[in-house]
Amino acid sequence: MRLLPYLVAAWLLLVGLYGIVTSRNLVHAITCLSVAQSSTYILLLSVGFERGGTAPIFLDVPVGTRAVDPVVGALTLTDIVVGATVSALLLALAVQAHKHHGTLDPERFRSEQD
Amino acid sequence: MTPTLRRRVFLAAAVVAAALLLWGLTGLPPFGVYEGPYGDVLNQVAVAERKATNVVASVTFDYRGVDTLGEEFILFAAVIGVAILLRARRDEREEPPDEDAADRRAPGTSNAVRVLGLALVGPVVLFGVYVVTHGHLTPGGGFQGGVVLATGALLVYLSGEYVTLRRVSPEVLLDSAESVGAAGYVLVGLLGVAAGATFLANVLPLGQPGALLSAGTIPLINLAVGLEVAGGFILLLSEFLEQTLVIRRPGEVT
Repeated sequence: MRLLPYLVAAWLLLVGLYGIVTSRNLVHAITCLSVAQSSTYILLLSVGFERGGTAPIFLDVPVGTRAVDPVVGALTLTDIVVGATVSALLLALAVQAHKHHGTLDPERFRSEQD
Repeated sequence: MTPTLRRRVFLAAAVVAAALLLWGLTGLPPFGVYEGPYGDVLNQVAVAERKATNVVASVTFDYRGVDTLGEEFILFAAVIGVAILLRARRDEREEPPDEDAADRRAPGTSNAVRVLGLALVGPVVLFGVYVVTHGHLTPGGGFQGGVVLATGALLVYLSGEYVTLRRVSPEVLLDSAESVGAAGYVLVGLLGVAAGATFLANVLPLGQPGALLSAGTIPLINLAVGLEVAGGFILLLSEFLEQTLVIRRPGEVT
């Protein structure tokens, strides 16, 4: 248990990269990149987690209640926003690549340039 | 490189990467044991210092406010990037929106989707406004609420037609929402300079923790970000929809 969330993060990163490397479809590759990136959410939130800690929001609980690290929460928020923008840009590129090559399979891009 | 060779090269590299990751991760403090001082310090002092009960919001929009300004402009730049990438190319022409275009093989919308979608538009928009305006009190804020607001527009498209979406969110409105939101963040930052403090200093009256009007500049920044994110995401949505509904490729029957 003391390592499990870290192992989940490492697994997501590697399995996402495997998907990108072997992908035969750009939309699939972009989704794999999102999977790989989601490993950083798990890792960030895991290092800030404190056993028994609540969310760092002191509306219903008094200040001083044990709570998790708010800094990694804010960093994860940034991470998610950047991930969404990267996906949007890559999907737009995939649309144009499909118009140019008539396929989303990167393996078939090269042969059609000749 | 053949796919098989590429897979083998990757698997060999992945074994090394996995070993490195394991080595590094086992050196971290055990899961559930928090050692860093910053989170504990902030949880102790942030509510008293900024009067915002959501400490993540204090970190995002106040202590780390300049970083979040950069983050907002990453989003701004990405939306412009998508709009430029998806503009009509020289050999393409733009036609009035056509839901039944030849290259569009989407099945027709069922009445159930139309009714449910329409019924959900109001609650979703209300919820989005709530999430944006209460970001300094409860979980949420401009980024999350802005995305919720944008899904309201998606529901309009799902339950109506593209022209309905255009009618309720004309492009000039989206462009101005996005720009006013982006500029609003900078203007709130300049308030601090105008008051003789630093850029993005929280110079407005802080009020009492838990009140809707509290936490100084944080709710204002949340509003600006909410506007920008909602405008930006609806723009992204329309740009991608236009690819099949408005932009016609050369030689394509319409």
